[in-house]
Amino acid sequence: MPFLDSVAKLQNALPCRTKQIQLLVNLFGKKSQISPPALFIYGHTGTGKTLTVRSILDELQCKVVWINCIECYSAKVLYEQILLKINVKEEEDHPSFDDYSKCDNLNDFCRLLPAAVQELGYSEETIYIVLDKAEKLRQMEPHILSGLLKLQELTNLNISVILLTDIVWEKFRCNTGTYEPYIIHFPDYSREEILEIMSLDHPKEYPKELYDTYISLVLSVFYYVCRDLKELRHLASINLEKFLEPLKNGEATMNDSRKLWKNIEPHLKKALQTVYLREVSSAQWEKMQQDTNSGQQMALQLHSIQGRNHLELPFYSKYLLIAAYLASYNPAKTDRRFFCKKSNKIYGSLRKKKHERTSNHLLGPKLFTLDRLMAIFYSIVEDRVAPSAILFLQISSLVTLKLLTTVASDDQLETPKYKCLVSLDTIKPIARSVNFDIIRYLYDFL
Amino acid sequence: MAPFVDPIEMADQVQTALRERLGQCWVPEAPIGFKEEKQQITDLVKRTINFGESNSVLLIGARGIGKTMLLKNALKEVKKDKNVHQNLMEVYLSGLLQTNDKIALKEIARQLHLDNTVGDKVFGSFAENLQFLLESLKSGGQHSKPILFILDEFDLFAQHRNQTLLYNLFDIAQSAQAPITIIGVTCRFDVMELLEKRVKSRFSHRQILLFNKLSFKEYTEVFKKYLKLPKTFPDSKFVSKWNDSIEKLCQDGTIQDVLKRQYSIDKDIRRLQTFMMGPICNLSSTQPFLQVSDFIDSFKRMSTDSKSSILHGLSILELSLVIAMKHLTELYDGEPFNFEIVYNEYLRFSQQKSSLQIFEKSVVLKAFEHLQNVELIKPLDGSCTRVQKEYRPMTLLVHPMQLKEVLQKFPSCPIEVKHWATTSVI
Repeated sequence: MPFLDSVAKLQNALPCRTKQIQLLVNLFGKKSQISPPALFIYGHTGTGKTLTVRSILDELQCKVVWINCIECYSAKVLYEQILLKINVKEEEDHPSFDDYSKCDNLNDFCRLLPAAVQELGYSEETIYIVLDKAEKLRQMEPHILSGLLKLQELTNLNISVILLTDIVWEKFRCNTGTYEPYIIHFPDYSREEILEIMSLDHPKEYPKELYDTYISLVLSVFYYVCRDLKELRHLASINLEKFLEPLKNGEATMNDSRKLWKNIEPHLKKALQTVYLREVSSAQWEKMQQDTNSGQQMALQLHSIQGRNHLELPFYSKYLLIAAYLASYNPAKTDRRFFCKKSNKIYGSLRKKKHERTSNHLLGPKLFTLDRLMAIFYSIVEDRVAPSAILFLQISSLVTLKLLTTVASDDQLETPKYKCLVSLDTIKPIARSVNFDIIRYLYDFL
Repeated sequence: MAPFVDPIEMADQVQTALRERLGQCWVPEAPIGFKEEKQQITDLVKRTINFGESNSVLLIGARGIGKTMLLKNALKEVKKDKNVHQNLMEVYLSGLLQTNDKIALKEIARQLHLDNTVGDKVFGSFAENLQFLLESLKSGGQHSKPILFILDEFDLFAQHRNQTLLYNLFDIAQSAQAPITIIGVTCRFDVMELLEKRVKSRFSHRQILLFNKLSFKEYTEVFKKYLKLPKTFPDSKFVSKWNDSIEKLCQDGTIQDVLKRQYSIDKDIRRLQTFMMGPICNLSSTQPFLQVSDFIDSFKRMSTDSKSSILHGLSILELSLVIAMKHLTELYDGEPFNFEIVYNEYLRFSQQKSSLQIFEKSVVLKAFEHLQNVELIKPLDGSCTRVQKEYRPMTLLVHPMQLKEVLQKFPSCPIEVKHWATTSVI
């Protein structure tokens, strides 16, 4: 077998991808042989699609053009990128931009590509065009995908187009159909495989077993939520310092797995709510680990970050926002009950339990008119406010802040309609700051 | 005495020969079926060349049925005649490449080597090009060289503005000008409805419809034909040995079974090609003959449900969200849901029915967004700024059967979650 050595080498370098490597190497075959016209490789992010394909093609020393479809925002850029990268000769670092041809459409591309290939002397071997994040191709031109999949027929060259994506092939088909590529699935890593891969990057100064226990601790917290290898690796690397702390201080030895677990578990759980969601950046998190040994200080810092919902608004803007929230989430027919001056009492007990589905906090905000907003505003503000221009200006400034949104834009002056885009968690501190008990006025919480 | 051939080299040669058939450019010696249709095309082209007749024809057939193969085969046969070979000019256009008439005109001028071309470049504006092309075609008569226009993806040409190109081409074919034959190739059976009235009236309405009429026996024959080595292969001893092995392979019950299943899904030849790709590429010096197990592997790979395999890679939190959505769609009869409703459903499950950890809203939202990224759920409206992402109406794109299938083989799925998926409503 000609590729036996390289296959073995690749399989060592990329654990848990034995089958896929074998299959791909077989499909690529020798350079002079015809390769499959199109390959479609899909799988979740972080299953090693790009890495595997890249290392195989590098190992076999094929002529490859790597394109990331996110970078190529239009078809023209895509064609020119491919031509440019084909024209890169091995000895030169930068292609000279003079012979980088202008290419507007697929027609020119199919004319220029064979010419370039001929000139550079690649006509005897397979050329691979790898399109990473291929799902973006669907948004470009209507027939670009069909064209690329038929490239072998259109250019009469030994070309193989490889599409890498995390979306299934069914969503790529266009209505009149196209050449069906050979579909390869990269399955997700199982828990054992993730353990095996992650233990590859264990620190040198500690034994591998210790790192393995650490990894399984990390997995026990995060695996339920996240199976993305990249994310897990990142989380493991930034929390390692904390895990090793008791060993460095001499509080625990390597065999005290229980003690180590006790130490790291709350820390990891906190990481799930902060670093995993990127509410705290990784740099901040690492800094926090270094200078705050007392948990109190850390909690304080976390609190200030979680207070990001806090909004600083002018006094009447706050009331306007509260009024908008009430108008959005309360049905109009209950307004009389809540806001009428005469009936000070709120008959909460009279209501029977409503059906869950009808709750506005599940279905989202409803439309309301400006009149209703102002009526609620005047009823919740205790002192008299003149309906000045500034007050109305504040409404439109709330719209520009994206706290409110205008809906039917046809009639802006007569009866503008709005929706409130603020969540309950945001409105609560605002209401508290003006001493207004918003829960008492919300229909859903009666 | 046959020359000694290295087994490694032999395996290579076999693979090279067979691999060539998997590529898009390969044209077989004779088309599979379609004898009459081939005759029709060759007659038509010959009449154009010999008598200066202008014709137009549409070749219609489903994708992968062998339209291009048939056409290439027919032309190959026509061109065997030396008189034809020298006198025929061909213009290949494809609807995928020539996306508007301007590009198409330049391409025609380039392929015909008209006067306004220098080397590979064509000069002049659209109007000039069109005028020039028409004049040069009009100036010709019966004596001038016949031109063969092949329009691949013909239905895309019908989407051009005013169908100018099609109108002019058919017009030339109608009136006594230079003899041209237009062969349109398309996969749309309703292509006539796409044409404008004036274009339609100029078209000869000659259509060649291609249908896949293979019986299972013929299908197996095609399978054999694709795998057998040609007579031209250097080592004739090996060829007979190989061809015997193919015969034996086709006798095999498992192969028959797999082929039958392929046949019942789709008798498309192109699907058959994809099916053979894996086993052919797996040939090596250590394994010089095709294996039954490779074919079974290949069939399995082709028939796996891709959405199930995507579902299989989800985390347990994401999976329980999918289950919650499935329940919601069943309960509310396919009505759209939003994140808040799903989260509410998830909370009801995890608070009442399970001992699993309950996650914060923001963590669940991240899982929800991941589901949206892999397009297992789809927002109903396009606009995203109008309402918060928690309240965007969504629909689930997973069938309950797919979910059920995945849950059966999901690794280390908690029993509560499995139970939740089967009990319809809590």
